[in-house]
Amino acid sequence: MTPTDQQLIDFVVREARLLDQQRLEDWLELFTDDGHYWMPVEWGQSDPRLTTSLMYEDKLLLKIRIDRLKGRATYSQSPKSRCHHVLQQPQVDERDEEQRHYVTWTPLHYVESRGDQQTLYAAWATHHLTLVDDALRIRLKRVDLVNCDAALGSIQLFV
Amino acid sequence: MVGKYRGNRQAITALVRETEVHRDLYVDQELFELEMEQLFANTWIYVGHDSQVPKVGDYYATTIGKQPVIMVRAAEDSIKVLHNRCPHKGTRLTGESCGNTGRFFRCPYHAWTFRLDGSLAGVPLKSGYEGTSFTESRAARGITAVRHVHNYRGFVFAKQSDVGPGFEEFFGEALSSLDNMIDRSPVGRLEVAGGVLRYMHACNWKMLVENQTDTCHPMIAHQSSAGTAVEVWKAAPAGTKKPMAVEIYGPFVSSYEFFQTMGIRVWDNGHGHTGVSHSIHSDYSAVPGYFEQMVAAYGEERAKAILGENRHNTVYFPNVMLKGPIQLLRVFKPLAADRTLVESWTFRLVGAPDMLLERTVMYNRLVNAPTSIVGHDDLEIYERAQAGLASDGNEWINVQRLYVADEAERRNVVTDGTSEWQMRNQFRAWTKFMTMSL
Repeated sequence: MTPTDQQLIDFVVREARLLDQQRLEDWLELFTDDGHYWMPVEWGQSDPRLTTSLMYEDKLLLKIRIDRLKGRATYSQSPKSRCHHVLQQPQVDERDEEQRHYVTWTPLHYVESRGDQQTLYAAWATHHLTLVDDALRIRLKRVDLVNCDAALGSIQLFV
Repeated sequence: MVGKYRGNRQAITALVRETEVHRDLYVDQELFELEMEQLFANTWIYVGHDSQVPKVGDYYATTIGKQPVIMVRAAEDSIKVLHNRCPHKGTRLTGESCGNTGRFFRCPYHAWTFRLDGSLAGVPLKSGYEGTSFTESRAARGITAVRHVHNYRGFVFAKQSDVGPGFEEFFGEALSSLDNMIDRSPVGRLEVAGGVLRYMHACNWKMLVENQTDTCHPMIAHQSSAGTAVEVWKAAPAGTKKPMAVEIYGPFVSSYEFFQTMGIRVWDNGHGHTGVSHSIHSDYSAVPGYFEQMVAAYGEERAKAILGENRHNTVYFPNVMLKGPIQLLRVFKPLAADRTLVESWTFRLVGAPDMLLERTVMYNRLVNAPTSIVGHDDLEIYERAQAGLASDGNEWINVQRLYVADEAERRNVVTDGTSEWQMRNQFRAWTKFMTMSL
Protein backbone atom coordinates (compact mmCIF):
# COMPACT_ATOMS: atom_id res chain seq x y z
CA MET A 1 0.00 0.00 0.00
CA THR A 2 1.07 3.59 -0.61
CA PRO A 3 -0.55 6.08 1.73
CA THR A 4 -2.11 9.15 0.18
CA ASP A 5 -1.35 12.57 1.61
CA GLN A 6 -4.84 12.57 3.07
CA GLN A 7 -4.20 9.29 4.87
CA LEU A 8 -1.03 10.72 6.42
CA ILE A 9 -2.96 13.79 7.53
CA ASP A 10 -5.82 11.71 8.92
CA PHE A 11 -3.33 9.63 10.89
CA VAL A 12 -1.82 12.70 12.58
CA VAL A 13 -5.25 14.09 13.39
CA ARG A 14 -6.39 10.79 14.87
CA GLU A 15 -3.20 10.55 16.93
CA ALA A 16 -4.06 13.87 18.63
CA ARG A 17 -7.61 12.70 19.20
CA LEU A 18 -6.42 9.57 21.01
CA LEU A 19 -4.33 11.80 23.31
CA ASP A 20 -7.25 14.15 24.01
CA GLN A 21 -9.50 11.19 24.81
CA GLN A 22 -6.69 9.65 26.88
CA ARG A 23 -6.91 6.37 25.01
CA LEU A 24 -3.25 6.00 25.80
CA GLU A 25 -2.85 2.25 25.24
CA ASP A 26 -4.29 2.70 21.75
CA TRP A 27 -2.01 5.68 21.27
CA LEU A 28 1.07 3.68 22.26
CA GLU A 29 0.19 1.09 19.61
CA LEU A 30 0.72 3.78 16.98
CA PHE A 31 4.47 3.61 17.58
CA THR A 32 6.83 1.13 15.94
CA ASP A 33 8.69 -1.13 18.37
CA ASP A 34 11.74 1.12 18.05
CA GLY A 35 9.68 4.32 17.97
CA HIS A 36 10.49 7.41 20.04
CA TYR A 37 8.69 10.46 21.37
CA TRP A 38 11.07 13.43 21.54
CA MET A 39 10.53 16.86 23.04
CA PRO A 40 13.78 18.86 22.79
CA VAL A 41 14.75 21.40 25.44
CA GLU A 42 16.95 23.49 23.13
CA TRP A 43 15.89 25.50 20.12
CA GLY A 44 16.81 23.57 16.95
CA GLN A 45 18.31 20.73 19.00
CA SER A 46 19.83 17.98 16.84
CA ASP A 47 21.08 15.46 19.40
CA PRO A 48 18.92 13.66 21.99
CA ARG A 49 21.79 11.62 23.45
CA LEU A 50 24.45 14.02 24.79
CA THR A 51 22.10 16.97 25.22
CA THR A 52 19.22 16.53 27.61
CA SER A 53 15.61 16.91 26.50
CA LEU A 54 12.25 17.44 28.10
CA MET A 55 11.36 13.96 26.86
CA TYR A 56 13.17 11.38 24.76
CA GLU A 57 11.28 8.18 25.36
CA ASP A 58 11.25 4.79 23.75
CA LYS A 59 8.22 2.51 23.98
CA LEU A 60 9.27 1.13 27.37
CA LEU A 61 9.49 4.60 28.92
CA LEU A 62 6.20 5.63 27.32
CA LYS A 63 4.54 2.54 28.76
CA ILE A 64 5.89 3.36 32.24
CA ARG A 65 4.51 6.88 31.86
CA ILE A 66 1.09 5.61 30.75
CA ASP A 67 0.84 2.93 33.46
CA ARG A 68 1.83 5.49 36.08
CA LEU A 69 -0.97 7.84 35.05
CA LYS A 70 -3.46 5.14 36.03
CA GLY A 71 -1.88 4.31 39.41
CA ARG A 72 -3.67 4.97 42.67
CA ALA A 73 -0.54 6.37 44.38
CA THR A 74 0.15 8.85 41.58
CA TYR A 75 -0.16 11.96 43.72
CA SER A 76 0.44 14.48 40.95
CA GLN A 77 -2.62 13.03 39.17
CA SER A 78 -4.99 13.59 42.03
CA PRO A 79 -6.89 15.43 40.63
CA LYS A 80 -6.25 14.19 37.11
CA SER A 81 -5.01 16.33 34.23
CA ARG A 82 -6.87 16.78 30.97
CA CYS A 83 -5.53 17.94 27.62
CA HIS A 84 -6.71 19.48 24.40
CA HIS A 85 -5.00 19.77 21.00
CA VAL A 86 -5.85 22.24 18.25
CA LEU A 87 -3.96 21.28 15.09
CA GLN A 88 -3.30 23.31 12.03
CA GLN A 89 -3.74 21.19 8.88
CA PRO A 90 -0.69 18.85 8.80
CA GLN A 91 1.60 19.30 5.80
CA VAL A 92 3.35 16.39 4.12
CA ASP A 93 7.01 17.41 3.93
CA GLU A 94 8.65 14.21 2.71
CA ARG A 95 7.60 11.04 0.94
CA ASP A 96 10.04 8.21 0.25
CA GLU A 97 8.05 5.25 -1.08
CA GLU A 98 11.10 3.01 -1.37
CA GLN A 99 12.10 3.51 2.29
CA ARG A 100 8.46 3.78 3.37
CA HIS A 101 9.38 7.02 5.06
CA TYR A 102 6.91 9.90 5.38
CA VAL A 103 7.32 13.15 7.29
CA THR A 104 4.56 15.55 8.28
CA TRP A 105 4.72 18.93 9.97
CA THR A 106 1.92 20.19 12.17
CA PRO A 107 1.72 23.50 14.05
CA LEU A 108 -0.48 23.14 17.12
CA HIS A 109 -1.78 24.66 20.30
CA TYR A 110 -1.96 22.41 23.33
CA VAL A 111 -3.83 23.04 26.55
CA GLU A 112 -3.26 21.07 29.72
CA SER A 113 -5.53 21.60 32.69
CA ARG A 114 -5.59 20.33 36.23
CA GLY A 115 -7.88 21.53 38.99
CA ASP A 116 -8.20 25.30 38.67
CA GLN A 117 -5.09 25.64 36.50
CA GLN A 118 -4.97 25.73 32.73
CA THR A 119 -1.81 26.25 30.68
CA LEU A 120 -1.48 26.93 26.96
CA TYR A 121 1.54 25.73 24.97
CA ALA A 122 2.33 26.31 21.30
CA ALA A 123 4.38 23.75 19.39
CA TRP A 124 5.23 22.13 16.08
CA ALA A 125 4.89 18.37 15.81
CA THR A 126 7.03 16.54 13.27
CA HIS A 127 5.91 12.97 12.61
CA HIS A 128 8.28 10.50 10.99
CA LEU A 129 5.94 7.76 9.82
CA THR A 130 6.43 4.35 8.25
CA LEU A 131 4.36 1.37 7.21
CA VAL A 132 4.22 -1.80 9.28
CA ASP A 133 2.03 -4.53 7.76
CA ASP A 134 0.36 -1.87 5.63
CA ALA A 135 -0.55 0.25 8.66
CA LEU A 136 0.97 3.66 9.35
CA ARG A 137 3.17 3.77 12.46
CA ILE A 138 5.25 6.45 14.21
CA ARG A 139 9.02 6.07 14.15
CA LEU A 140 9.54 9.44 15.72
CA LYS A 141 7.22 12.10 16.99
CA ARG A 142 9.19 15.24 17.63
CA VAL A 143 7.49 18.07 19.52
CA ASP A 144 9.20 21.45 19.46
CA LEU A 145 7.63 23.79 21.98
CA VAL A 146 7.94 27.40 20.91
CA ASN A 147 9.22 28.10 24.45
CA CYS A 148 11.16 24.84 24.89
CA ASP A 149 13.96 26.58 26.84
CA ALA A 150 11.72 28.57 29.19
CA ALA A 151 11.33 27.78 32.89
CA LEU A 152 8.21 25.63 32.64
CA GLY A 153 5.89 24.15 35.22
CA SER A 154 4.86 20.51 35.10
CA ILE A 155 3.67 19.10 31.77
CA GLN A 156 2.10 15.78 32.74
CA LEU A 157 0.38 14.49 29.62
CA PHE A 158 1.51 14.25 25.99
CA VAL A 159 1.70 17.25 23.63
CA MET B 1 5.96 49.70 57.63
CA VAL B 2 7.52 47.99 60.59
CA GLY B 3 7.48 44.26 60.07
CA LYS B 4 7.57 41.38 62.48
CA TYR B 5 11.12 40.33 61.76
CA ARG B 6 13.20 43.19 60.35
CA GLY B 7 15.91 44.06 62.83
CA ASN B 8 14.42 41.68 65.36
CA ARG B 9 17.04 39.08 66.12
CA GLN B 10 14.98 37.55 68.90
CA ALA B 11 11.92 37.02 66.72
CA ILE B 12 14.00 35.36 63.99
CA THR B 13 15.85 33.11 66.42
CA ALA B 14 12.57 31.98 67.99
CA LEU B 15 11.46 30.50 64.66
CA VAL B 16 13.92 27.61 64.85
CA ARG B 17 13.60 25.23 67.79
CA GLU B 18 15.65 22.09 68.33
CA THR B 19 13.17 19.81 66.57
CA GLU B 20 10.60 22.20 65.05
CA VAL B 21 10.60 25.18 62.72
CA HIS B 22 7.92 27.80 62.29
CA ARG B 23 5.91 27.91 59.07
CA ASP B 24 6.90 31.56 58.51
CA LEU B 25 10.20 30.25 57.13
CA TYR B 26 8.18 29.08 54.12
CA VAL B 27 5.32 31.52 53.79
CA ASP B 28 6.33 34.91 55.16
CA GLN B 29 7.39 37.37 52.45
CA GLU B 30 9.19 39.69 54.87
CA LEU B 31 11.28 36.80 56.09
CA PHE B 32 11.99 35.92 52.47
CA GLU B 33 13.29 39.45 51.83
CA LEU B 34 15.48 39.13 54.92
CA GLU B 35 16.83 35.84 53.62
CA MET B 36 17.89 37.64 50.45
CA GLU B 37 19.49 40.49 52.41
CA GLN B 38 21.13 38.46 55.15
CA LEU B 39 21.41 34.74 54.42
CA PHE B 40 22.26 35.18 50.73
CA ALA B 41 24.74 37.96 51.54
CA ASN B 42 26.61 36.29 54.39
CA THR B 43 27.10 32.90 52.70
CA TRP B 44 28.96 31.76 49.58
CA ILE B 45 26.47 31.42 46.74
CA TYR B 46 27.18 29.32 43.65
CA VAL B 47 27.36 31.50 40.55
CA GLY B 48 28.50 29.22 37.74
CA HIS B 49 31.30 27.10 36.31
CA ASP B 50 34.31 28.63 34.62
CA SER B 51 33.85 26.38 31.56
CA GLN B 52 30.81 28.53 30.78
CA VAL B 53 33.16 31.47 30.13
CA PRO B 54 36.28 29.95 28.51
CA LYS B 55 37.47 33.02 26.57
CA VAL B 56 38.18 36.58 27.68
CA GLY B 57 34.96 38.58 27.28
CA ASP B 58 32.72 35.52 27.70
CA TYR B 59 29.94 36.13 30.17
CA TYR B 60 27.14 34.23 31.85
CA ALA B 61 24.21 36.17 33.32
CA THR B 62 22.55 34.72 36.42
CA THR B 63 21.31 35.75 39.86
CA ILE B 64 22.52 35.75 43.45
CA GLY B 65 19.34 35.61 45.47
CA LYS B 66 17.09 37.98 43.55
CA GLN B 67 19.89 40.17 42.21
CA PRO B 68 21.04 40.00 38.59
CA VAL B 69 24.78 39.38 38.21
CA ILE B 70 27.22 38.63 35.39
CA MET B 71 30.06 36.16 35.67
CA VAL B 72 32.69 37.35 33.18
CA ARG B 73 36.14 36.16 32.12
CA ALA B 74 37.90 39.50 32.64
CA ALA B 75 41.36 38.13 31.82
CA GLU B 76 42.88 34.70 31.10
CA ASP B 77 43.28 34.05 34.79
CA SER B 78 40.54 36.23 36.23
CA ILE B 79 36.83 35.75 36.64
CA LYS B 80 34.75 38.63 37.95
CA VAL B 81 31.18 38.66 39.22
CA LEU B 82 29.54 42.02 38.48
CA HIS B 83 26.15 43.40 39.37
CA ASN B 84 24.21 43.33 36.12
CA ARG B 85 23.12 46.96 36.26
CA CYS B 86 24.38 50.05 34.49
CA PRO B 87 25.57 52.54 37.14
CA HIS B 88 23.84 55.29 35.15
CA LYS B 89 20.11 54.44 35.10
CA GLY B 90 20.04 50.86 36.28
CA THR B 91 19.60 49.15 32.91
CA ARG B 92 20.54 45.48 32.91
CA LEU B 93 23.58 45.26 30.67
CA THR B 94 23.03 41.90 29.02
CA GLY B 95 20.03 40.60 27.11
CA GLU B 96 21.20 37.05 26.40
CA SER B 97 21.96 34.67 29.25
CA CYS B 98 25.44 34.06 27.84
CA GLY B 99 27.72 35.31 25.09
CA ASN B 100 30.90 37.27 24.43
CA THR B 101 30.91 40.99 25.07
CA GLY B 102 34.30 41.71 23.47
CA ARG B 103 36.60 44.02 25.42
CA PHE B 104 33.79 46.10 26.91
CA PHE B 105 30.26 45.96 28.24
CA ARG B 106 28.23 48.59 26.46
CA CYS B 107 24.92 49.74 27.91
CA PRO B 108 22.14 49.61 25.28
CA TYR B 109 20.51 52.77 26.67
CA HIS B 110 23.16 55.57 26.43
CA ALA B 111 26.23 53.60 25.30
CA TRP B 112 28.24 54.04 28.45
CA THR B 113 31.06 51.49 28.20
CA PHE B 114 32.80 49.48 30.89
CA ARG B 115 35.96 47.39 30.99
CA LEU B 116 35.56 43.73 31.89
CA ASP B 117 36.45 44.45 35.51
CA GLY B 118 33.47 46.82 35.64
CA SER B 119 35.40 50.12 35.58
CA LEU B 120 34.00 52.95 33.49
CA ALA B 121 35.73 53.25 30.10
CA GLY B 122 33.69 55.90 28.33
CA VAL B 123 30.60 58.12 28.33
CA PRO B 124 29.35 59.77 25.10
CA LEU B 125 29.20 63.56 25.09
CA LYS B 126 31.26 63.58 28.24
CA SER B 127 31.53 67.39 28.21
CA GLY B 128 28.04 67.46 29.73
CA TYR B 129 29.54 66.23 32.99
CA GLU B 130 32.34 68.80 33.16
CA GLY B 131 32.21 70.86 36.31
CA THR B 132 29.62 68.57 37.91
CA SER B 133 32.04 66.62 40.13
CA PHE B 134 31.09 63.56 38.11
CA THR B 135 34.28 61.72 39.06
CA GLU B 136 33.08 61.72 42.65
CA SER B 137 29.71 60.22 41.76
CA ARG B 138 28.72 56.64 42.44
CA ALA B 139 28.16 56.18 38.70
CA ALA B 140 31.76 57.10 37.83
CA ARG B 141 32.98 54.12 39.85
CA GLY B 142 31.54 51.86 37.18
CA ILE B 143 29.69 48.58 37.55
CA THR B 144 29.67 47.35 41.12
CA ALA B 145 31.61 44.11 41.52
CA VAL B 146 30.58 41.44 44.01
CA ARG B 147 33.28 41.82 46.65
CA HIS B 148 34.24 38.22 47.34
CA VAL B 149 34.64 35.71 44.53
CA HIS B 150 36.28 32.30 44.78
CA ASN B 151 36.96 29.91 41.91
CA TYR B 152 37.29 26.44 43.41
CA ARG B 153 38.60 24.05 40.74
CA GLY B 154 36.26 25.66 38.20
CA PHE B 155 33.25 26.22 40.48
CA VAL B 156 32.70 29.93 41.05
CA PHE B 157 31.10 31.10 44.29
CA ALA B 158 30.52 34.65 45.50
CA LYS B 159 29.78 36.30 48.81
CA GLN B 160 28.35 39.81 48.90
CA SER B 161 28.96 40.75 52.50
CA ASP B 162 32.22 41.32 54.34
CA VAL B 163 30.59 39.59 57.27
CA GLY B 164 30.55 35.82 57.23
CA PRO B 165 33.34 33.26 56.96
CA GLY B 166 35.95 32.96 54.23
CA PHE B 167 35.50 30.37 51.50
CA GLU B 168 37.57 27.56 53.04
CA GLU B 169 36.11 28.11 56.45
CA PHE B 170 32.55 28.21 55.15
CA PHE B 171 32.75 24.93 53.21
CA GLY B 172 35.44 23.08 55.16
CA GLU B 173 35.33 19.31 54.65
CA ALA B 174 32.23 19.63 52.48
CA LEU B 175 34.55 20.44 49.56
CA SER B 176 35.38 16.71 49.47
CA SER B 177 32.18 16.09 47.46
CA LEU B 178 33.21 18.61 44.79
CA ASP B 179 36.71 17.15 44.81
CA ASN B 180 35.35 13.65 44.21
CA MET B 181 33.18 14.83 41.32
CA ILE B 182 36.13 16.59 39.66
CA ASP B 183 38.59 13.75 40.34
CA ARG B 184 36.29 11.44 38.37
CA SER B 185 37.70 13.06 35.24
CA PRO B 186 40.96 11.34 34.26
CA VAL B 187 42.43 14.81 33.72
CA GLY B 188 40.74 16.35 36.77
CA ARG B 189 38.58 18.75 34.80
CA LEU B 190 34.85 19.22 34.20
CA GLU B 191 32.92 21.13 31.56
CA VAL B 192 29.31 22.22 31.66
CA ALA B 193 27.60 20.05 29.03
CA GLY B 194 24.30 18.47 28.13
CA GLY B 195 22.05 21.52 28.47
CA VAL B 196 20.20 22.87 31.48
CA LEU B 197 16.71 21.97 32.69
CA ARG B 198 14.71 24.80 34.23
CA TYR B 199 11.63 23.88 36.26
CA MET B 200 9.35 26.42 37.97
CA HIS B 201 8.09 25.46 41.43
CA ALA B 202 5.24 27.15 43.32
CA CYS B 203 6.81 26.53 46.72
CA ASN B 204 9.48 27.86 49.06
CA TRP B 205 13.08 27.15 48.03
CA LYS B 206 13.96 25.48 51.36
CA MET B 207 11.45 22.67 50.79
CA LEU B 208 13.61 21.57 47.88
CA VAL B 209 16.84 21.81 49.84
CA GLU B 210 15.42 19.76 52.73
CA ASN B 211 14.11 17.14 50.34
CA GLN B 212 17.66 16.42 49.11
CA THR B 213 18.47 14.56 52.32
CA ASP B 214 14.94 13.27 52.97
CA THR B 215 15.40 9.54 52.52
CA CYS B 216 12.00 8.49 53.87
CA HIS B 217 10.08 9.87 50.89
CA PRO B 218 11.37 8.09 47.75
CA MET B 219 9.66 4.76 48.42
CA ILE B 220 6.40 6.64 49.01
CA ALA B 221 6.32 9.64 46.68
CA HIS B 222 8.17 7.87 43.86
CA GLN B 223 6.37 4.54 44.05
CA SER B 224 4.18 5.75 41.20
CA SER B 225 7.11 6.40 38.86
CA ALA B 226 10.02 4.19 39.93
CA GLY B 227 7.71 1.47 41.23
CA THR B 228 5.88 1.38 37.90
CA ALA B 229 9.21 1.25 36.05
CA VAL B 230 10.23 -1.80 38.06
CA GLU B 231 6.83 -3.44 37.38
CA VAL B 232 6.91 -2.76 33.64
CA TRP B 233 10.48 -4.07 33.43
CA LYS B 234 9.42 -7.37 35.04
CA ALA B 235 7.48 -8.17 31.85
CA ALA B 236 10.67 -8.08 29.74
CA PRO B 237 11.78 -11.48 28.40
CA ALA B 238 14.34 -13.22 30.62
CA GLY B 239 17.91 -12.38 29.71
CA THR B 240 17.12 -8.93 28.26
CA LYS B 241 19.81 -6.45 29.22
CA LYS B 242 18.49 -3.97 31.75
CA PRO B 243 18.20 -0.59 30.04
CA MET B 244 20.00 2.45 31.45
CA ALA B 245 16.64 4.08 32.22
CA VAL B 246 15.52 1.18 34.44
CA GLU B 247 18.91 1.25 36.23
CA ILE B 248 18.21 4.91 36.96
CA TYR B 249 14.57 4.59 38.08
CA GLY B 250 14.79 1.33 40.05
CA PRO B 251 16.81 2.39 43.12
CA PHE B 252 14.34 5.18 43.94
CA VAL B 253 12.09 2.54 45.46
CA SER B 254 14.79 0.86 47.55
CA SER B 255 13.86 -0.25 51.06
CA TYR B 256 14.04 1.77 54.24
CA GLU B 257 16.99 -0.42 55.23
CA PHE B 258 18.87 0.62 52.08
CA PHE B 259 18.49 4.28 53.03
CA GLN B 260 19.13 3.72 56.76
CA THR B 261 22.44 2.01 56.11
CA MET B 262 23.65 4.43 53.43
CA GLY B 263 24.26 6.97 56.19
CA ILE B 264 24.26 10.76 56.34
CA ARG B 265 27.29 12.92 57.03
CA VAL B 266 26.66 16.30 58.62
CA TRP B 267 29.16 19.16 58.27
CA ASP B 268 29.42 22.65 59.75
CA ASN B 269 27.53 25.64 58.30
CA GLY B 270 24.58 23.66 57.01
CA HIS B 271 26.39 21.37 54.57
CA GLY B 272 25.90 17.61 54.53
CA HIS B 273 25.35 14.59 52.35
CA THR B 274 23.48 11.33 52.11
CA GLY B 275 25.10 8.14 50.85
CA VAL B 276 28.20 7.68 53.02
CA SER B 277 28.57 3.96 52.25
CA HIS B 278 26.41 3.55 49.15
CA SER B 279 23.68 5.30 47.16
CA ILE B 280 21.19 4.94 44.36
CA HIS B 281 24.13 5.51 42.00
CA SER B 282 26.27 2.61 43.30
CA ASP B 283 25.06 -0.16 41.02
CA TYR B 284 25.09 1.43 37.58
CA SER B 285 26.71 -0.70 34.87
CA ALA B 286 30.39 -0.09 34.27
CA VAL B 287 31.17 2.08 31.24
CA PRO B 288 33.68 0.29 28.96
CA GLY B 289 37.16 1.78 29.03
CA TYR B 290 36.54 4.28 31.81
CA PHE B 291 38.12 2.40 34.71
CA GLU B 292 41.25 1.74 32.62
CA GLN B 293 41.52 5.49 31.89
CA MET B 294 41.21 6.25 35.59
CA VAL B 295 43.86 3.68 36.52
CA ALA B 296 46.21 5.12 33.90
CA ALA B 297 45.65 8.60 35.32
CA TYR B 298 45.70 7.95 39.05
CA GLY B 299 47.01 4.42 39.66
CA GLU B 300 44.74 1.56 40.63
CA GLU B 301 44.43 2.24 44.34
CA ARG B 302 43.55 5.90 43.96
CA ALA B 303 41.21 5.22 41.02
CA LYS B 304 39.31 2.67 43.12
CA ALA B 305 39.10 5.12 46.02
CA ILE B 306 37.69 7.86 43.77
CA LEU B 307 35.13 5.59 42.11
CA GLY B 308 34.28 3.79 45.37
CA GLU B 309 32.85 7.01 46.75
CA ASN B 310 29.15 7.03 45.79
CA ARG B 311 27.67 9.97 47.63
CA HIS B 312 24.00 10.43 46.96
CA ASN B 313 23.07 14.11 47.45
CA THR B 314 25.45 16.70 48.85
CA VAL B 315 23.81 19.89 50.08
CA TYR B 316 25.93 23.00 49.79
CA PHE B 317 24.08 25.37 52.05
CA PRO B 318 22.10 27.38 51.32
CA ASN B 319 20.81 26.46 47.85
CA VAL B 320 22.86 23.91 45.90
CA MET B 321 22.72 20.14 45.61
CA LEU B 322 25.49 18.12 44.01
CA LYS B 323 25.56 14.53 42.76
CA GLY B 324 29.25 13.72 42.39
CA PRO B 325 28.89 10.17 40.95
CA ILE B 326 26.86 11.46 38.00
CA GLN B 327 28.21 15.03 37.73
CA LEU B 328 24.95 16.82 38.31
CA LEU B 329 24.37 20.09 40.14
CA ARG B 330 21.02 21.63 41.01
CA VAL B 331 20.50 25.23 42.04
CA PHE B 332 17.34 26.20 43.92
CA LYS B 333 16.87 29.83 42.99
CA PRO B 334 14.53 31.70 45.32
CA LEU B 335 12.09 34.05 43.55
CA ALA B 336 9.53 34.67 46.30
CA ALA B 337 8.41 32.99 49.53
CA ASP B 338 6.26 30.67 47.42
CA ARG B 339 8.19 30.58 44.13
CA THR B 340 11.44 28.84 43.22
CA LEU B 341 13.25 28.25 39.95
CA VAL B 342 15.10 24.94 39.91
CA GLU B 343 18.00 24.68 37.48
CA SER B 344 19.60 21.28 36.91
CA TRP B 345 23.05 21.38 35.29
CA THR B 346 25.23 18.52 34.10
CA PHE B 347 28.96 18.21 33.46
CA ARG B 348 31.21 16.27 31.13
CA LEU B 349 34.14 14.49 32.71
CA VAL B 350 36.86 15.76 30.38
CA GLY B 351 38.78 12.81 28.93
CA ALA B 352 36.17 10.18 29.89
CA PRO B 353 33.86 8.19 27.55
CA ASP B 354 30.74 9.92 26.20
CA MET B 355 28.54 7.21 27.69
CA LEU B 356 29.00 8.76 31.15
CA LEU B 357 27.59 12.05 29.91
CA GLU B 358 24.82 10.16 28.13
CA ARG B 359 23.75 8.55 31.41
CA THR B 360 23.98 11.85 33.29
CA VAL B 361 21.90 13.61 30.65
CA MET B 362 19.32 10.80 30.79
CA TYR B 363 19.18 10.95 34.59
CA ASN B 364 18.59 14.69 34.42
CA ARG B 365 15.78 14.22 31.91
CA LEU B 366 14.08 11.37 33.79
CA VAL B 367 14.29 13.00 37.23
CA ASN B 368 14.63 16.79 36.95
CA ALA B 369 12.73 17.93 33.86
CA PRO B 370 9.36 19.75 34.01
CA THR B 371 8.16 16.63 32.16
CA SER B 372 9.70 14.17 34.65
CA ILE B 373 7.40 11.68 36.32
CA VAL B 374 9.68 11.73 39.37
CA GLY B 375 9.68 15.53 39.48
CA HIS B 376 5.89 15.70 39.10
CA ASP B 377 5.27 13.90 42.37
CA ASP B 378 7.95 15.88 44.25
CA LEU B 379 6.45 19.15 43.06
CA GLU B 380 2.96 17.96 43.96
CA ILE B 381 4.16 17.29 47.52
CA TYR B 382 5.89 20.69 47.82
CA GLU B 383 2.85 22.53 46.52
CA ARG B 384 0.55 20.66 48.88
CA ALA B 385 2.89 21.56 51.74
CA GLN B 386 2.86 25.20 50.68
CA ALA B 387 -0.96 25.09 50.61
CA GLY B 388 -1.26 23.14 53.87
CA LEU B 389 0.88 25.65 55.76
CA ALA B 390 -1.93 28.20 55.41
CA SER B 391 -3.65 26.27 58.18
CA ASP B 392 -3.60 27.97 61.58
CA GLY B 393 -4.23 24.61 63.24
CA ASN B 394 -0.50 24.08 63.78
CA GLU B 395 2.21 26.63 63.00
CA TRP B 396 5.15 24.24 63.38
CA ILE B 397 6.94 21.78 61.10
CA ASN B 398 8.43 18.71 62.72
CA VAL B 399 12.05 17.66 62.08
CA GLN B 400 12.53 15.36 65.04
CA ARG B 401 13.47 12.06 63.40
CA LEU B 402 16.47 10.49 65.20
CA TYR B 403 17.15 13.66 67.17
CA VAL B 404 20.19 13.54 69.44
CA ALA B 405 20.15 15.87 72.43
CA ASP B 406 23.68 17.28 72.10
CA GLU B 407 23.89 17.25 68.32
CA ALA B 408 24.32 21.02 67.92
CA GLU B 409 27.71 20.66 69.65
CA ARG B 410 28.94 17.81 67.45
CA ARG B 411 31.05 18.27 64.32
CA ASN B 412 31.31 16.29 61.10
CA VAL B 413 29.19 13.40 62.27
CA VAL B 414 28.11 10.28 60.35
CA THR B 415 24.66 9.08 61.32
CA ASP B 416 21.69 6.91 60.30
CA GLY B 417 20.68 7.60 56.70
CA THR B 418 17.07 8.29 57.66
CA SER B 419 17.92 10.91 60.27
CA GLU B 420 16.61 14.45 59.90
CA TRP B 421 19.85 15.69 61.48
CA GLN B 422 20.99 17.32 58.24
CA MET B 423 17.72 19.26 58.01
CA ARG B 424 18.19 20.44 61.59
CA ASN B 425 21.78 21.29 60.64
CA GLN B 426 20.46 23.50 57.83
CA PHE B 427 18.07 25.28 60.15
CA ARG B 428 20.84 25.96 62.68
CA ALA B 429 22.92 27.44 59.84
CA TRP B 430 19.87 29.40 58.71
CA THR B 431 19.60 31.10 62.12
CA LYS B 432 23.34 31.71 62.23
CA PHE B 433 23.60 33.43 58.84
CA MET B 434 20.27 35.25 59.15
CA THR B 435 21.33 36.95 62.34
CA MET B 436 25.12 37.31 62.18
CA SER B 437 25.01 40.93 60.98
CA LEU B 438 22.11 42.03 63.16
